[in-house]
Amino acid sequence: MRNPLKPVSRRGFLAGSAAVAAGITFLPKKGWSAEEPLVNFYNWDTYIGETTLDDFQKATGIEAKMDLFADNDELFAKLKEGNPGYDVIVPTNDYVERMIVADMLVPLDHSAIPNKANIDPVHMDPAFDPGRKFSLPYMWGTIGIGYRKSVVDGTPDSWKWLFDSDKYSGRVAMLGEASTVLGIGLKYLGKSLNSKDPAEIAAAEALLIKQKPHIKVFADDNGQDLLLSGEVDLTMEWNGDILQVMEEDDDISYVVPNEGGLLWEDTLCIPKDAPHPENAHKLINFILDAEAGAAIADFIQYASPNKAAKALMDESYTKNPAIFPPDEVIARCETAIYLGEEATRLYDEAWTRVQAA
Amino acid sequence: MESWRKNPVVFWALNLPPSIWLVAFFILPLGLVWLISFGEKQGLIDIAITGTLDNYVRALEPIYLQIFWKSFVMAGIATLICLVVGYPVAFAIAFAPDRWKTLLLMAVVLPFWINALIRTYALIAVFRTRGHINFGLEWLWEQATAILDLIGLGGLQLLGERFVPVELLYNNTAVSLGIVYAFFPFMVLPLYANIEKLDRSYIEASLDLGAGQFRTFWKVVFPLTWHGVLSGIIIVFIPALGAFFIPELLGGTDSQLIGNVIERQFKSANDWPFGAALSFLLMYLTFGALALRALAGGRSKGVDT
Repeated sequence: MRNPLKPVSRRGFLAGSAAVAAGITFLPKKGWSAEEPLVNFYNWDTYIGETTLDDFQKATGIEAKMDLFADNDELFAKLKEGNPGYDVIVPTNDYVERMIVADMLVPLDHSAIPNKANIDPVHMDPAFDPGRKFSLPYMWGTIGIGYRKSVVDGTPDSWKWLFDSDKYSGRVAMLGEASTVLGIGLKYLGKSLNSKDPAEIAAAEALLIKQKPHIKVFADDNGQDLLLSGEVDLTMEWNGDILQVMEEDDDISYVVPNEGGLLWEDTLCIPKDAPHPENAHKLINFILDAEAGAAIADFIQYASPNKAAKALMDESYTKNPAIFPPDEVIARCETAIYLGEEATRLYDEAWTRVQAA
Repeated sequence: MESWRKNPVVFWALNLPPSIWLVAFFILPLGLVWLISFGEKQGLIDIAITGTLDNYVRALEPIYLQIFWKSFVMAGIATLICLVVGYPVAFAIAFAPDRWKTLLLMAVVLPFWINALIRTYALIAVFRTRGHINFGLEWLWEQATAILDLIGLGGLQLLGERFVPVELLYNNTAVSLGIVYAFFPFMVLPLYANIEKLDRSYIEASLDLGAGQFRTFWKVVFPLTWHGVLSGIIIVFIPALGAFFIPELLGGTDSQLIGNVIERQFKSANDWPFGAALSFLLMYLTFGALALRALAGGRSKGVDT
């Protein structure tokens, strides 16, 4: 699924030529009122309601064209050489931060998005975009433990079972991404997931090296398949991935451990040089509408930050602990922030050593 | 050799497209990567080419040398298995009746029609705990247990109380096998080409003159097909050295190869200069191997056909 932590692939090399190209293709901006009835939406696959875009056209007369990207790297790579014509994009939290740093987003005109009042206030001031200047929340979720109920003793509600125990030796998979695995190790040690302290990162590294004999595999984002096929009994995974296999197998469940996990959020943003900024604001406003938001959440089954939409939905969604973990657990979760290049290197080197040990 | 002077138009007409291809898609991109390997990161997006050697110095730290060495060993083992299995296969195809040859070669080449990544996923379905090999073993176990029951030994549970699946995936053996599986045709094809053009009368002469089968093979056949062996080794070893998705998919927690480290530098670690330096170290090693190949080829010229 989505992997909000995989940073940037890019050629700073070509930045110069991209700037030149951007200069050449720059056309005088039309006034907002002169916008054609079109908006280009760049989204993840299976990540919108079945009729949302048609409903939008019916409501506003604006046609929404959707294009799909597979991961944040792709989104970032497409936009960094100049916006090819997208109006609304859906980057994940730490990529929002990168795009802000790289000056790739335009500030949102909050007065044009009255439906932002529908959003739960807890989502309105995140660390990656203070004051929501550039982004509004679309969907959110967690990283926790997916497990097989019949084999695991009770609910594995601590990271201990993955990070510091031989109880399920050889039956455990973790994600294969440096900052995620080390970051959650840091969580288990009672530190911040976003620690930049070399000593703390080293402690997480030592923890993983010690635990390594009991871990079967650092899965490349396919932990849910390993769980479904019986290869492992516990796996660190994105909740959306586990929800998918829970539909196929009643014996699988998901929990965010008490120490807290990683919280991610996909957001709605408008990239620089969007050709239809006025329509973009209208689309964002429509997506944040209570009914439209409920239809989307009902179809894709991710956690919606839209309070008004949740009020319209039934309990099988709003009370599903795999979608909405308990509030006190969420309070202990952290969102990954962009740590800067130096800390990224620390994490990568620690990860290299963990695997080479 | 002199004809290009006489017909320069023809020469350039024929050579310009491949030359442009070579420059645009080989020399230029590689040159860029080579330049980046002497660069320094400047924040999130920019790289300044400063001529620094820091990336190479870092690439020579013990941890990376250890991973290089491991990649060498893994690629070496895989290449050896390819050679030991591939040589008899190539030999059998070369000596098969003509109407079979095409079919047998097809059988070797056919998997190439499917993307290597997909074939690796297929291997997972074969090897995993609830995969086809374990299903087969479980079936055998059930049959054997049934027979034991039948002859009254069932109570002893000689084969264990229940079937225990064999752990075939997520270790270094699985990675080696994955590499062998992916690159096997690269070994067979050059070997076949060489064995095919082997002059059979040498073998007859050797046997007529009293050398045994074994001696004939080692003294006559093998030296005459040495070029094919070398080509096969190089064509398998070099890509095996850079393998990254095979260890990622089939390997366990300690199956990281240098290809994985390089891939990470271009993705999550976001350190293109360091990734470029690691890549070029691999490149230099490859050039070294090719130089050895040329050297060995030059020496055996007298024997070769």
